[in-house]
Amino acid sequence: MPEKPTQTLDEVTIRFAGDSGDGMQLTGTQFTNTTALLGNDLSTLPDYPAEIRAPQGTLFGVSGFQIHFGSKEIHTPGDQCDVLVAMNAAALKVNLGSLVDGGAIIANSDGFNDKNLKLAGYSANPFKDNSLQKYRVFEVDITKLTALALQDLNLSSKIVDRSKNFFALGMMYWMYNRPVDSTIDWLGSKFGGKPEIAEANIRVLKAGWNYGETTEIFNVRYQVGPAKLPAGKYRNITGNQATAWGMMAAARKAKLDLFLGSYPITPASDILHELSIYKNFNVKTFQAEDEIAGITSAIGASFGGALGTTTTSGPGLALKSEALGLAVMVELPLLCVNVQRGGPSTGLPTKTEQADLFQALFGRNGEAPIPVLAAATPADCFETVFEASRIALKYMTPVIFLSDGYLGNGSEPWLIPDFDKLPDISPTFRTKPEGFLPYLRDEATLARPWAIPGTPGLEHRIGGLEKQNITGSVSYDPINHETMVRLRTEKVARIANELPLAVVDGEKEGDLLVIGWGSTYGAIRSAIATARERGKKVSQVHLRYLNPMPKNLGEVLHKFKNILVPEMNLGQLSNVLRMRYLVPTIPLDKVQGLPFKSSEIEKKIEEILKGSS
Amino acid sequence: MSLLVEEATKSVAAPAPPKYSAKDFQSDQDVRWCPGCGDYSILAQTQRILPDLGIPRHKMVFVSGIGCSSRFPYYMNTYGFHGIHGRATAIASGLKLARPDLSVWVVTGDGDGLSIGGNHMIHLLRRNIDIKVLLFNNQIYGLTKGQYSPTSEKGKITKSTPFGSLDYPFNPASLALGSSASFVARTMDRDPKHMQLVLKRAAEHKGTSFVEIYQNCNVFNDGAFFKFTEKDTKDDQVVFIEHGKPLIFGKERNKGIRLNGFTLEVVSLSDGKYSVNDLLVHDETDTTLSFILADMTYKPHLPRPVGIFLANDRPCYDEEMTKQIDTARQKRGDGDMKKLLNSGETWVIN
Repeated sequence: MPEKPTQTLDEVTIRFAGDSGDGMQLTGTQFTNTTALLGNDLSTLPDYPAEIRAPQGTLFGVSGFQIHFGSKEIHTPGDQCDVLVAMNAAALKVNLGSLVDGGAIIANSDGFNDKNLKLAGYSANPFKDNSLQKYRVFEVDITKLTALALQDLNLSSKIVDRSKNFFALGMMYWMYNRPVDSTIDWLGSKFGGKPEIAEANIRVLKAGWNYGETTEIFNVRYQVGPAKLPAGKYRNITGNQATAWGMMAAARKAKLDLFLGSYPITPASDILHELSIYKNFNVKTFQAEDEIAGITSAIGASFGGALGTTTTSGPGLALKSEALGLAVMVELPLLCVNVQRGGPSTGLPTKTEQADLFQALFGRNGEAPIPVLAAATPADCFETVFEASRIALKYMTPVIFLSDGYLGNGSEPWLIPDFDKLPDISPTFRTKPEGFLPYLRDEATLARPWAIPGTPGLEHRIGGLEKQNITGSVSYDPINHETMVRLRTEKVARIANELPLAVVDGEKEGDLLVIGWGSTYGAIRSAIATARERGKKVSQVHLRYLNPMPKNLGEVLHKFKNILVPEMNLGQLSNVLRMRYLVPTIPLDKVQGLPFKSSEIEKKIEEILKGSS
Repeated sequence: MSLLVEEATKSVAAPAPPKYSAKDFQSDQDVRWCPGCGDYSILAQTQRILPDLGIPRHKMVFVSGIGCSSRFPYYMNTYGFHGIHGRATAIASGLKLARPDLSVWVVTGDGDGLSIGGNHMIHLLRRNIDIKVLLFNNQIYGLTKGQYSPTSEKGKITKSTPFGSLDYPFNPASLALGSSASFVARTMDRDPKHMQLVLKRAAEHKGTSFVEIYQNCNVFNDGAFFKFTEKDTKDDQVVFIEHGKPLIFGKERNKGIRLNGFTLEVVSLSDGKYSVNDLLVHDETDTTLSFILADMTYKPHLPRPVGIFLANDRPCYDEEMTKQIDTARQKRGDGDMKKLLNSGETWVIN
């Protein structure tokens, strides 16, 4: 058979979609790892329902995984997909809207029987009524082909059925010229104890690959070359894993034990899972009885001289508010990680949002200033949470680190940092009894001494009641209270003295600055890149530090005629900027539980520049 | 424990256990409870027994929540943490897990420990972290000026229940036993000797020690326990339970408790029908028996049981956590962050 022609692409977006029990997240993750190993730049977006196994074939049970990869820089999981792998009718129905015109549908025809069609709300089979004419449709009976590949193995129908995602994966590996080796290795180690399952999946994976190779229906393959990324050693990493590792790295640098008090909550639980593995790093994970015990146990651990940390999502942060105030009052280091999700209340547990910025900045009783940092990309979670921990230890303060569901579950290639070159963290415990006063502050940082129980001669009491300046005794004195409120505020404000200034990407003044924070980074960056390709002048600032903000930010903002603030909330950063810097801002809000498409930001950029010229 | 902590806490002084007196545990703060409050006695008895424990003062931490009882740490010349309402048990849990070398005490009340902090309390008890819990039970909210508490008797008239409370009260000892506590005891503010004995036993117990202390709030609930604490009535109203001893009580020591099937009954030792040999003998290691004894608490025809209900050894969470870490370090060696960062599937771009 002649070799099929190969076409070279510089970027592709594939979406795997099926029932929540079909293993789409696993399929997507395997495709991602293989793609990362080939040196492509990439960005992923898992999109799954809150129900673990929603009723089969229903629209709300559809689970999706999108990967955008290329030989060029990739900043987002892709606005639309070029290829949709649909394991059943519901998956097609839910995801068709995100497929580009002319895109490819690879469908498991067995998932389109009458029952499936009815559950998905199709009155007729979409493959037969010409409704998919603008797409390239490939119908493959994946279920049957999987069964045939395994027919001599005497496996239960359940195992056979569970293997079919590997057929789809094999086909996609063939189509995009990816080797099957790393997935085979993975299956071997994953199912080491159950060789028959490993064998079945490997066989089906190869069958899918061979099907692509031999069948007539696919007549072209695609080649996506490696991206020109900075030289170095890479790995693929999700935001939650990067967060866990960043916390560990900070504790190691500081030569402290890491204590995590946490209550399971979507989408933050993976950080707890990850940290639970590394006991040999002196990581103590404590699955507490609730969110409040999670944070208060962490405060207790910090009192004892550990790096106390807690991880949660929005509803959990709400429960932790009072304890955050306690940490402000007792001035102990504490890291609080919030992997944001759609709110309010239970909201959209598995969907992403950035609507906890106000909660992080202001959500406490009394004047309770807390430094707030946010990561921009999955890999950036490492560096940002490390920095958040550094600040907590240096200034004896709770710090909130904001991630979100998209960052936490999303992944990207990561240039592995050199641990030795990470910033220094060197907390010291007070040991000298002479002149010790619990609230006698460091002149520069205003941090109070960290005097841990067990230290002879430093016996003292701390607590949530207002403290007398310097001595730390309980005090109800009105003037002292104001002094302490101002000192705590000043301590946090002073952090700005050592923070990097805001860096403008692009012209330093002009018609339009797009400013964002958190996970909107990729979409904003892509949108700006496109606008620049069209000859537009657009500048970008992306904030890691949300409290305190970089010292030059006001100056930067005032040099632009228009300030666009895209956010996955109703304008929280936008409002903060207006309040702090008295600048008019143009909010671009999206609260759909999904990240921005760069085209949505692009459109707004065009609109603003048209109006201002 | 990290090296940094070890360095900071290594004592420069001679390793000989310091000889303390009660006075050494008094802080420089004025005690501000109402005059006549039962809390004074608890503070005094605690300060009296601590010198006997052989633990250096700087290794002790008292953690509290909110309420009158929770001012306790301010009056102790040890390390102290006055936390937020109901969370002392959780703060203490984190502290003890981070620092197993410390002697960690929780001071709480019936509101702080059983109402707002009820959840943390039961979880601490089931985990059996090596923490000593002193629960001051005055059956009222004192600091908020007199509302009924989760241990107030049903029908209690208070500011928030002018027509009588509708809640049935917790029996703290039964609650603790039901949470699989390993040490459960009850004592009384007006019986200093007994309290010292119980506190010492609690301190020596390995695991969570739960001590309920009947404490008179002479402002908002005066005399709530007088029946059990005052000379005239005490002997007939209270049975002191002691390990290995039959349950005898009464002014003339002529009454006993007998187990009839699953039911306890009071029998007379003077009418010739029953002798000491017929009485129930306490075994503080017997969990089933502890439930039966604690259940006497609100039964009007039975005397109030006071003493150690249960003192049982079972693995402590903190020790097992340390073990897991030690095992992991033996098996995998001290964690190496550089290695971890470079582990798994990686690729190089030139």
